[in-house]
Amino acid sequence: MAFSTTTANFTSQPFSFNAPSPTSHVKLLITPTSASPFFGSTRKLRLPSSSIFNLHRRSGTVVGVSQVVKEKKPKSTLNLLITKEEGLELYEDMVLGRAFEDMCAQMYYRGKMFGFVHLYNGQEAVSTGFIKLLKQQDSVVSTYRDHVHALSKGVPARAVMSELFGKTTGCCRGQGGSMHMFSREHNLLGGFAFIGEGIPVATGAAFTSKYKREVLKEADCDHVTLAFFGDGTCNNGQFFECLNMAALWKLPIVFVVENNLWAIGMSHLRATSDPQIYKKGPAFGMPGIHVDGMDVLKVRDVAKEAIARARRGDGPTLVECETYRFRGHSLADPDELRDPAEKARYAARDPIAALKKYIIENNLTSEAELKAIDKKIDEVLEDAVEFADESPLPPRSQLLENVFADPKGFGIGPDGRYRCEDPKFTQGTAHV
Amino acid sequence: MAAIFQGVGAAAALSSLPSNSFDSNKSVFSPRRSFSVRKGASFAVVRSDGTVNLNPKGRRTQQLIPNAVATKADSAAASSSSKPGHELLLFEALLEGLEEEMERDPRVCVMGEDVGHYGGSYKVTKGLAKKFGDLRVLDTPIAENSFTGMGIGAAMTGLRPVVEGMNMGFLLLAFNQISNNCGMLHYTSGGQFTIPIVIRGPGGVGRQLGAEHSQRLESYFQSIPGIQMVACSTPYNAKGLMKAAIRSENPVILFEHVLLYNLKERIPDEDYICNLEEAEMVRPGEHVTILTYSRMRYHVMQAAKTLVNKGYDPEVIDIRSLKPFDLYTIGNSVKKTHRVLIVEECMRTGGIGASLTAAITENFNDYLDAPIVCLSSQDVPTPYAGTLEEVTVVQPAQIVTAVEQLCQ
Repeated sequence: MAFSTTTANFTSQPFSFNAPSPTSHVKLLITPTSASPFFGSTRKLRLPSSSIFNLHRRSGTVVGVSQVVKEKKPKSTLNLLITKEEGLELYEDMVLGRAFEDMCAQMYYRGKMFGFVHLYNGQEAVSTGFIKLLKQQDSVVSTYRDHVHALSKGVPARAVMSELFGKTTGCCRGQGGSMHMFSREHNLLGGFAFIGEGIPVATGAAFTSKYKREVLKEADCDHVTLAFFGDGTCNNGQFFECLNMAALWKLPIVFVVENNLWAIGMSHLRATSDPQIYKKGPAFGMPGIHVDGMDVLKVRDVAKEAIARARRGDGPTLVECETYRFRGHSLADPDELRDPAEKARYAARDPIAALKKYIIENNLTSEAELKAIDKKIDEVLEDAVEFADESPLPPRSQLLENVFADPKGFGIGPDGRYRCEDPKFTQGTAHV
Repeated sequence: MAAIFQGVGAAAALSSLPSNSFDSNKSVFSPRRSFSVRKGASFAVVRSDGTVNLNPKGRRTQQLIPNAVATKADSAAASSSSKPGHELLLFEALLEGLEEEMERDPRVCVMGEDVGHYGGSYKVTKGLAKKFGDLRVLDTPIAENSFTGMGIGAAMTGLRPVVEGMNMGFLLLAFNQISNNCGMLHYTSGGQFTIPIVIRGPGGVGRQLGAEHSQRLESYFQSIPGIQMVACSTPYNAKGLMKAAIRSENPVILFEHVLLYNLKERIPDEDYICNLEEAEMVRPGEHVTILTYSRMRYHVMQAAKTLVNKGYDPEVIDIRSLKPFDLYTIGNSVKKTHRVLIVEECMRTGGIGASLTAAITENFNDYLDAPIVCLSSQDVPTPYAGTLEEVTVVQPAQIVTAVEQLCQ
């Protein structure tokens, strides 16, 4: 069944949400309308900027898409964005992410894990806000900063911690490490060390979803793929190539930019001709949305719309989340370049503290219950570390396993047998 | 492991092919036999326990079809209509293999530039888009790195893509994805994701295509762990390798050659595949083992004609599997002849021949009576001028000289 390649209908409109001109849609973006105190805390921190095109400052934040789209929100005095259960789920997930990363740092400095470890502290709102809306069959593709994406997607903390310790019980049998978290069960497709590398893979996963629906006739296949990557990646060719292909074929994918302003020591503003990444979406024919990535409720709002759009078959969305990493690029990064004032500003916008404040102020639950969650997470982590500590290291025989799905790929040895048929094969060497 | 040797007939069919017969409209096999036929050695199945079984219906049911190419040897006349099978050109054989696999398994899909509506720049995917639709035969934008990565992502999530590089050289742009993801993801995911992708395309030195379109990528890719590389050289093994590659759970890179697309051969009607890890015995012999692959096979066979007239008896093996090497077939040959000549189109430095030399020396040093000779292309970017281009690759005369020196 042939499918028609639609030419972009977006050429005249930079935004699919009825924004007739650049300046007017900017105004639309900057006006928050909710009376919730949660939004208030971020409003105070917006930098005053005389012009949206003043590239030396961050421009105003965008309120959730739902304010722009003509959705009718019921006018109630409370105007809550989440239920109690949702609030607790979000809170627990973010606390798990934060506590896990803090534990990683501890374990690293105690010599339990090595190499490059990239921590996610401060960015939890993006992972939780997006991934908690997914189904199990939806896919997530991440970068080297993938521990929390794995946890949010459902990979047990034990499996991730074991993987970091390099034990055979890790989610990748110890063969992947910090930068290569994979889980077939939870549809976590990695974990990539080179930036931009995962974006085509995510595009492929979205392609499979479309293929299943249209060629294999699995009519209910509406799996969505999320691709997470950073601001540095947005200057990479693979990013643009995949934006093109995803929009061209209307693939069910959401491109989530975790713009934390820094690519190791390279400021986003120094590396990018036009730092407003969300504007690059419409150039390829998809909506581009900028959201406050320190606010999990805003992220969740935008994510709902973007994921629904993909599920409907309307194609991809580019979401730029303004966020910040509280720690250095990796545990080896002394983090001396960033301005302490900037760090302090974002620390004040800690997403976990903000959500906690929202929950308490709106009486969703008591402080005691939140503290109970904190304690529970501490126990989960202790268990994870204990499990990882006690797990065995991979034996020598594991070296040659999993190189090939079909080990006949190691070839035929001089004796005429396939090398893999030799019972001593895995104790030997791998050159062919 | 059973190994099947192709019969002498295979050599007979190919021996008459002069080296400059690759002009697009003309390559036809003429089955003249110009050297002696080895008696009783049509083909044999050698089992891993050492017993030889002349009944080919042994271990591998996939290889029930004996050396189809050898059917030529049985008749001195031109291909007669009483023979089973059908005649086609190499690109049609690839197309047939691809089409059959797409019919067999709906998850097989094709991605590449101009594979759909255009039918492929070498017509390997002609007609497939009409038959299977635009999504199964996907015309991609010019973004090799990304669409190869997309193929890898699709393979991880359940599809079986065949990614075409319009020219092998373009896949250099996809090296990132091929090396990092294609080769490694099965391992770094601890075996959770398989990548049953086939990456194929024409490479090699053509007719004055210029340096960038004349690249041989097998040497660059050979170090990547986790992939297999095969090179086809006849319509028979082209179709067989294409099908085997698609059915394999491993990522496979299939190297085709620009000048071989119009070779004609009669191939069986029945379903068959060629084993990905095995080499092909083209012409059994006694004096010297000549190891080659892809286009150089024809230069070697051309030289073999001359050599036979001069009284030599070369054993010619088309190694087919560039990674891993079939050390069994190669080893048996070395043990018999004690002299090895490698003829390849790769560059001298770091090429397939270099690896093969190392592998043979490591494993069969005691059986060698002379150092291994490796004839490769010059380490130069392929020049445009025809006279220079001719000198860049190995010509039959050089092969004859090398054998004469080796056999002194």
